[in-house]
Amino acid sequence: MLELQGIAVSPGVAIGKALVFDREGYSLAQCLIAPELAEREWERLGKAIERAHKNLESSREKTTANWGARLGDIFSAQQQLLRDPRILSEMEHLIRDKRYSADYAVSEVFAKYAAAFRRASSSFLAERAGDVHDVERLLLEALSGKPTATIRQLPHEAIVVSHDLTPGETAGFDATKVLGICTEAGGPGGHTAIVARGMEIPAVVGVGNFLHNIRSGDEVIIDGHLGRIIVSPDDATKERYLQRRRARQSIAEQLREIRDLPAVTSDGIRIELMANVEFPHETQACLDRGADGVGLYRTEFLYLGHDSEPTEEEHYQAYLRVVRDMQGRPVVIRTLDLGADKMGMVRPAEPENNPFLGLRSIRLSLRNPALFRIQVRAILRAACAGDCRIMFPMVTTLDELRSARFLLRSVSEDLAAEGVHVPCAVQVGMMVEVPAAVLMLDRFIDEIDFVSIGTNDLTQYTLAVDRSNDAVADLYQACDPAVLRLIQRTHQIVSERGKSTSVCGEMSNNPAHALLLVGMGIRTLSLAPAAIPIIKKAIRSVTIGQCEAMAWRALRLSTAREVEAFLMNQLAGLVPEIVLQA
Amino acid sequence: MKRIEANLAPNAHAMNPEILQRTVKVLNSEGLHMRPADKLVRAAVGFQSTIELEREGQIADCRSMISLLTLGAMQGCELTLRAQGPDADVAVAAIVQLFESQFNEP
Repeated sequence: MLELQGIAVSPGVAIGKALVFDREGYSLAQCLIAPELAEREWERLGKAIERAHKNLESSREKTTANWGARLGDIFSAQQQLLRDPRILSEMEHLIRDKRYSADYAVSEVFAKYAAAFRRASSSFLAERAGDVHDVERLLLEALSGKPTATIRQLPHEAIVVSHDLTPGETAGFDATKVLGICTEAGGPGGHTAIVARGMEIPAVVGVGNFLHNIRSGDEVIIDGHLGRIIVSPDDATKERYLQRRRARQSIAEQLREIRDLPAVTSDGIRIELMANVEFPHETQACLDRGADGVGLYRTEFLYLGHDSEPTEEEHYQAYLRVVRDMQGRPVVIRTLDLGADKMGMVRPAEPENNPFLGLRSIRLSLRNPALFRIQVRAILRAACAGDCRIMFPMVTTLDELRSARFLLRSVSEDLAAEGVHVPCAVQVGMMVEVPAAVLMLDRFIDEIDFVSIGTNDLTQYTLAVDRSNDAVADLYQACDPAVLRLIQRTHQIVSERGKSTSVCGEMSNNPAHALLLVGMGIRTLSLAPAAIPIIKKAIRSVTIGQCEAMAWRALRLSTAREVEAFLMNQLAGLVPEIVLQA
Repeated sequence: MKRIEANLAPNAHAMNPEILQRTVKVLNSEGLHMRPADKLVRAAVGFQSTIELEREGQIADCRSMISLLTLGAMQGCELTLRAQGPDADVAVAAIVQLFESQFNEP
């Protein structure tokens, strides 16, 4: 049994056989052919290229339909590699003059370029090695006529284990076969993490070098709650996880029964449960779980893992789909929150010493107005199709809010001048994630329509803890009394003006924390679609008085540990049937 | 607005007069990556002339995706564009326009 710690990026537990994808480990025996067969071998390659080209074309169409043209374009560029005259002439030389088999020639030429790209100092070339590798595999498959195991077409259900995953690989995931994902590289803001969360596949990334310790077929447990992976678990460990899984399944069955019921406390207080989404297709998961709307639509996905900035049309199509799919329910689109751990194409000129205190989020957008305008235009256009609201992240000063609103107004005027129909009033909100914004909220509040508290960043900035830093991660506690006081103050100021506060950080996903927030007066929670049923169950099991009593006591405690212990104890008393999962 | 820095005078000395030459600069923030390379290839295959890009002695055939990528041309990188053939002038203009417009990438 081998236990490894990584970064938990998508919750859930997966138990299954590993399928290890090792970039370097994919090699073929050297194989030479008789001279008289060279011509036939060359023709065989030509036919394989045609098949692979068709294969890519169907991948492109499928991906474009499911994930948008930006991911689809990856395949069109790969088609270009397949017909590259230089690659063709090198392969021809190997087959005709050196009597290599077609398979051997393909592997030789593509491996050469992939290796050269990987060695290159520029990161963009290194990333292209993945595309070259994808094309090589496809061509080899077309030659042999039988699929090698690729991530796109898993032969059976498996836990995908790899050094890292290319955007092409994650885009082609077959969600019915990928039980879990574990990679050596990657971080919480990376492509793999985003896709895994979007597809609700348990995932642990950033485990470090371990591929030499695992082989395809080994049994693996991925614990996406604790960021742990266990290779070849012993019987006791496996039994423990199986038990947890059984318990979770029985809870899931109970939860299905309340799917179509509203989130109402037993004494009739309605709590709005909205969903946090990253991909347009997640609207299906939102509707399946009875979400009251989308409380946080993260738009970074449009930027991550792509070679260039998304166009206004790409923004627009993604937003339009979400707004339409939600059928009149509110959709809150958060403008770009790039920077720090989430980097897209826009990068600060210099590496930053403190990226979390650096040029990120709304600061980055305001510094790149051309880019920001494109997104705001798309949001305003999409707003014609339903109840679409705009939210600015990480607002710290009133100047920032005013600059953002100014840009919003001028974009709106531009659109009107161009004759593009825009709704006359789009609700504008801000995220409260910085203590300064809480302290000054009485000045902000008259200039916005709603507030959403991002508890992840608020916790990080209040407690001065970088939670991606192992050395201090234990100090990161969303239930620290300091954070709770800021939430309380925010709600108080906002509700005095008759406006609404929602909470969209990870706190909303935790049943004990969610009940605490409800007790503090919060009536809108925005959470991962997968967490909606359990939070609804918790809410339906309590009275508002019980929540308020819980909040009253919790706010009088002095340390995060006391608060956490108290809340767990309360939850066990109020909603015992879900405590296993909490 | 950033402007292309193009060497408008053909570099006549020691060159075959039929070869047109220009200097182009990569303006895209992420360099000559997959999509721009894709567009370059699509443009180049439409001409009869041979079209090459050179960076620090390394020469890439504009019809070959892999050779363009191998240049590793990042933002700000200056490349020498050469075209030879019956439609070399049109080809050069078209390629220069692609670089100037940042390959129509936002």
